[in-house]
Amino acid sequence: MLNDWLFIGVFLVLAPLFPALALVIPRIVAPRKPNALKSQTYECGIETVGNTWVQFRVQFYIYALVFLIFDVELVFLFPWAVAFDQLPLFAVLEGVLFLLILIAGLVYAWRKGALEWV
Amino acid sequence: MGDPITLIGKWLESLLFGWGLNPGIISLIMAVIGVVAIASAVLLIDILLVWVERKIVARFQDRLGPNRLGPFGLIQPIADVIKLLIKEDILPRGADKFVYNLAPILALATVLLLWAVLPLSSTIYGTNLNVGVLYIVAVGAISTLGIIMAGWASNNKYALLGAFRTVAQMISYEVPMVIALLVPVIMARSMGLKDIVDAQSVWFLFIAPLPALIVLITSIAELGRAPFDLTEAESEIVAGYHIEYTGMKFGLFYAGELLHALTVGGIIATLFLGGWRGPGAETYPILGVFYFFIKAFFLYWVIMWVKYSLPRIRIDHMLNLNWKFLTPLSLAILIVTAILDKILPRSPGAIYALGMLAANIIVGWITLQLLKSNVRRERKRVGEPRPVAQPETSAATITSQTSSSSS
Repeated sequence: MLNDWLFIGVFLVLAPLFPALALVIPRIVAPRKPNALKSQTYECGIETVGNTWVQFRVQFYIYALVFLIFDVELVFLFPWAVAFDQLPLFAVLEGVLFLLILIAGLVYAWRKGALEWV
Repeated sequence: MGDPITLIGKWLESLLFGWGLNPGIISLIMAVIGVVAIASAVLLIDILLVWVERKIVARFQDRLGPNRLGPFGLIQPIADVIKLLIKEDILPRGADKFVYNLAPILALATVLLLWAVLPLSSTIYGTNLNVGVLYIVAVGAISTLGIIMAGWASNNKYALLGAFRTVAQMISYEVPMVIALLVPVIMARSMGLKDIVDAQSVWFLFIAPLPALIVLITSIAELGRAPFDLTEAESEIVAGYHIEYTGMKFGLFYAGELLHALTVGGIIATLFLGGWRGPGAETYPILGVFYFFIKAFFLYWVIMWVKYSLPRIRIDHMLNLNWKFLTPLSLAILIVTAILDKILPRSPGAIYALGMLAANIIVGWITLQLLKSNVRRERKRVGEPRPVAQPETSAATITSQTSSSSS
């Protein structure tokens, strides 16, 4: 058990090193001659106009909120699924009730128009 | 057990033990060796994937593909890598330097991390984590974060638009994916991927085809591949989040995307296609690795087939497909599976399997009928005459004008 997480921990530390190594090699062999013209950001061939970090549609934010609610609630279902052997039929139906409440939430968001791309 | 990798591991462990190291340090060293072995093997496959991708694309488009360097162009990916390495690395003006450099590293590292839990055969696997499925979902989400970071840090409007689309798309598709992933967990009674493979005396694809399909579709969306490649739609937002990346940094995104596609193939193969299972894989574990990669590459090919066959879908269609179709469908199939799993007897496997398959077919049939009626309604709605700027009147005025001018 502890060994499993040791493996994951070592992997977490070492995994970024492989791509990082691939970024170190160009530092040595690739040319580096930056200038003001070259480092301009691309915008259809014209000079960049205005601020990049602009206001965006609120719709993106609403989708992120709906996702957040769903994802947090779904995490509760994983222990329910793993312990399926020990659960009596009643407990399974309780899980289904939880899912039905989730569906009610989805229907609510749907009816409120949170899922429309306007 | 004639499996060379386990034998080498055992030999190394006894060698280290012979040096009189304490067991904690030995397990640490073994973990480091295991990680380096898995990561380098996966990265080597990744380089091969460049060739596979280009060659298969060429075949789909009726071309030959790379065929000059080496037999069948096999040395082409190595030339590609060398070219990327010696390209100048340009930092766009006003970019957030730290986040800009971290994003490509994150994009590839998270995909590598997924291989920590994939069982390649009955004895060869990184680790059998008891929360394996949750780990896959969690780590898979970090690669989305890498894309958002790249889009935000590039100081480019197109890149930022791509990042926003990522938020809407990749995050949304995680909901039905997680729900559908609960089905194999319920059937195997475990989140450990090795346990899930062990439970598949019948492949879960045959007793749960609908969840398998949902996981495939949502995985393609999470990959950001066509028809869901709105995050890098080259005809709308040029290249999306990696527009400002050059050289090896772009190469890391590219490699990460290719490897993620194969990894998704491996995950679906493990969860639904029996992973390393196949004739003789129990006695000769090395055969299991072979079967695993056959299945993973088959699914990779399916993903490519979809990519080069379907056009890109519109953003509102993409979100409707997720929230109004896949999410309700996956919730329905989860409820049906949960109740049936409790009611059906487990002991004769045939009754359980046939019952589940029948339930899947019924749910799928009902879904198809609902879809058909919805399509009919949608066609009617779109086909209805819309209020236009009355072309008849304008034509009449034109004729009256011409007649008046002529007279």
